Amino acid sequence: MLNFLPMLDNNKNKILSILEAVCDPEIPVLSILDMGIVRDVKFDNALLADGGIEVSITPTYTGCPAMDMIAVNIKLALLENGFKNVRINSVLSPAWTTDWMSEDGKIKLKKYGIAAPDKKNTIPKDGVECPQCNSNNTRLISEFGSTACKALYQCVACEEPFDYFKCH
Amino acid sequence: MNNYLKDYLLYLADTSLILSQRNSEWCGHGPILEQDIAITNISLDLLGQSRNFYQYAATLIGDNATEDTLAYLRTEREFKNCLIAEQPKGDWAQTILRQFFLSAYQYLVYEKLQAYNNEQLAAIAAKALKEVTYHLRWSSEWVIRLGDGTEESRQRMLQATNELWRYTGEFFITVDYEKEMNIDVADLKIEWMKTVRAIFEEATLPIPDNTFMQTGGKKGIHTENLGFILAEMQYLQRTFPGANW
Repeated sequence: MLNFLPMLDNNKNKILSILEAVCDPEIPVLSILDMGIVRDVKFDNALLADGGIEVSITPTYTGCPAMDMIAVNIKLALLENGFKNVRINSVLSPAWTTDWMSEDGKIKLKKYGIAAPDKKNTIPKDGVECPQCNSNNTRLISEFGSTACKALYQCVACEEPFDYFKCH
Repeated sequence: MNNYLKDYLLYLADTSLILSQRNSEWCGHGPILEQDIAITNISLDLLGQSRNFYQYAATLIGDNATEDTLAYLRTEREFKNCLIAEQPKGDWAQTILRQFFLSAYQYLVYEKLQAYNNEQLAAIAAKALKEVTYHLRWSSEWVIRLGDGTEESRQRMLQATNELWRYTGEFFITVDYEKEMNIDVADLKIEWMKTVRAIFEEATLPIPDNTFMQTGGKKGIHTENLGFILAEMQYLQRTFPGANW
């Protein structure tokens, strides 16, 4: 997924593990890699000598207030790990899609109590699997949930309300 | 070209920002909690879209312009938003209908712009289109629910239609900056009417007859409402220039 410029493998792994530790502030079980927010990392030999790195990120939703915080957190994480010149670059195209969410991320979401995006349907009226009891007997309550990326559902079987991460 | 592009970006940004500001007046006052959250989420999307347009415009303007100076330090005549965005939020019917009319329009504009021969503008439009698609679906469902609802909700939708229809005419009048960018919005009317007709039919609401259309917003000539919005929205930056937290 990530397009790394030529670099040593151990550097690549190091950067990945640093980015893996940066979470989405609103869904702390997901890392920014799980979310598919990181689009590119540039880190070539010339930059390396200078301790420099450029990370390109893309916003989930244009108004998502978490994006500014994510950019700051990436910068801090890299600075703490010895990178001196960290540049965060924001890209809009191609537009972010939930197709970029990792399978691992979807499993983590469900465990956290949020139904994962369904590729077939943006916001189904019913049938979304309840993350609590796995019943498909659920209904849509509101197309807009606690954050821009979620919709609100209720399970008819166990009666628990739950968030669904909208397919986007 | 850059001058026209700048004006066009400001027009798109202003329409989103002013509508966002209007919708945000519902925060804490929505008819039920879920819809309070929905309308303010839409506000947030619109704010994000306007920021993208302002940021791009600021790079063209230079001269220390930023998204903040463009939003907070321009006067009423410099705003180019569609008149419908600045109208009072009214009751829920009026807010819903305004959202529906504008979302149906923005959908068509962004759909075209995503293939426009300017990479940055096309990227912003493609991103915004995904969000506007939700806004259009959500507001369409509410138009149907209220129009084909109780006698009371139907009356309110009729009144909202009567109030807002006159501001939809300027959507389809191509102004100079659009013309210079080879954007012909007159073309969009057929598609827009198709969407409105389909939803109004399902809502059992009549389409208004041809009537007088109030225009001017896209050229900076506004109704008295915009001044009051700007007074509230810009108060802090005007009183304490450069204030931040």
